[in-house]
Amino acid sequence: MGERATTAEIAEVRTRLGLDLPWPVQFLRFLRRAAVGDFGRSLRTQETVLSEIGHALPVTVELSLLSIALAAMVGVTAGVIAATRQHSWFDNITMVCVLVGISMPVFWTGLLLMMVGAVFVGWFPVSGLLDEGIRLQRVTGLYLLDSLLTRNGAAFRSALGHYVLPTITLASIPVAIIARMSRSAMLEEVRKEYVTTARSKGLGERSVTFKHALRNALLPVVTVVGLQFGGLLSGAVLTETIFALPGLGRLAVVSIFSRDYPVIQGIAVVAATLFVAINLLVDLLYLVLDPRIRGG
Amino acid sequence: MFALDTQSIRRFARNRSAMLGSLLIVSLLSAVVLAPVLAPYDPLDQSFPRQLQPPSWKFPLGTDEFGRDILSRIIFGARIALGIGALAVGIAVALGVPLGLVAGYFRGPLDAAIMRTMDVLLAFPYLLLALIVVTLLGFGLTNVMIAVGLVYVPQYSRIVRSVTLSVRERLFVEAAHAMGGSNTRIMIRHVLPNCLAPIIVQTTLSLGWAIVNAAGLSFLGLGAQPPTPEWGAMLSSGREYMRNAPWITTFPGLAILLTALGFNLLGDGLRDALDPRLKE
Repeated sequence: MGERATTAEIAEVRTRLGLDLPWPVQFLRFLRRAAVGDFGRSLRTQETVLSEIGHALPVTVELSLLSIALAAMVGVTAGVIAATRQHSWFDNITMVCVLVGISMPVFWTGLLLMMVGAVFVGWFPVSGLLDEGIRLQRVTGLYLLDSLLTRNGAAFRSALGHYVLPTITLASIPVAIIARMSRSAMLEEVRKEYVTTARSKGLGERSVTFKHALRNALLPVVTVVGLQFGGLLSGAVLTETIFALPGLGRLAVVSIFSRDYPVIQGIAVVAATLFVAINLLVDLLYLVLDPRIRGG
Repeated sequence: MFALDTQSIRRFARNRSAMLGSLLIVSLLSAVVLAPVLAPYDPLDQSFPRQLQPPSWKFPLGTDEFGRDILSRIIFGARIALGIGALAVGIAVALGVPLGLVAGYFRGPLDAAIMRTMDVLLAFPYLLLALIVVTLLGFGLTNVMIAVGLVYVPQYSRIVRSVTLSVRERLFVEAAHAMGGSNTRIMIRHVLPNCLAPIIVQTTLSLGWAIVNAAGLSFLGLGAQPPTPEWGAMLSSGREYMRNAPWITTFPGLAILLTALGFNLLGDGLRDALDPRLKE
């Protein structure tokens, strides 16, 4: 409205936005609208909040999926190898990396990767998701998937290149936590009697490790992977800001700076719902992984 | 069960990682206390002729875009980092511990009301929750401390509640009741001391996380404002000069990493010493 808005204009806007009503009434109205996905319009762009979130969410989902896949792959592999070779140089290096990884601020990791991978070496693009001049038809909103669906090889290569550094950045803390959990879960399993029995029956070490111990060690690891996946949105706020990715985290920061309250409210509800839904999915995954829980 | 005794002190002293963590934290504390003595320059002193100078004998960690000595800013930044961490964790302890104590001690509807409120807070990713709180309260260091503190309240209430639930069933609590002790007295004199060890471990670990998260918020521009020598804000301002002056972003980040590492090692060491069953 600007600083020169008249009292009448301010009153008109307050009535239009329902700000003249008592706050319990405002809150009930918000809840009623939010229940059907209506969070109002962005004060910054005048687009509906849902459409703003709809544009940003796929980027965060894609980035989070790539990061958690990378973190799970590297973390579980490193943790299992470290556990099977306890006190070896590999185990020691893994544990040092885990300690440093957990303590590394994600925004510093991002800046270092940007400095080395993009500024000095020049292998990877620094910001955004597509190179200039590349167009991509939106189908799902997920850049990599859309480029595959529309058979746009240039867009796929460009998006993949743009995702490399943010993915490593966002995966840096989960990979350390998953590696630590995988190692301790494996160490616990390999000391159990059924593993000794399997060995005494003449089974090979690989079979004992992967067919017996790892399957049982996976349950706590799945919990950690799920929790980390849910928590990635926190890291995404910083990662997306550093690499200028048009995701939910960056939208949150931009909305906060422009005091775009409807968008902030919408993001809070969507993020909390996603977070709870992921945790629920992890619980349900137990049923698939552990027959004892199904029986109980 | 957690226990504070001479055995746990011995276990702690034998743990090399915990000793390294203690060393890092002692260094941080020294920087906090001796900042005016240790810092070679005034952290706010600007000088354009000496801007963006690489590390040298004169400026061991280089200078920033305003010619300020980075080493001096990092040393004074330790005061801000530890201050933010201590106040944020203080808020979390001050709110979380009584809530957990009351919930676990009284159980029933009060317990349900407190813990469901904590569940609501836990339903938000921590940084997003902190962002929302800062949005409501306004930008600035004080509000960042409050925001980060509120994020950690549920952790303390959960830990204290779980310990309280087991302690309230113990014989000495029953005896205190029989002797006519009031609920408040029993909670403070008998239950709370049994919660101290896990609170100490959690506080140590939270201090590191709180410092990193507060630096993250300042990095986004929501916390410390220029020219405050805050590590996250220093990192943020150095982003534009990464190609020509990478030392501006490298050293404040290293300071955050070493501080977080110190608190993590110390916290893990304390946990292993106080409850050896939890050791891997």
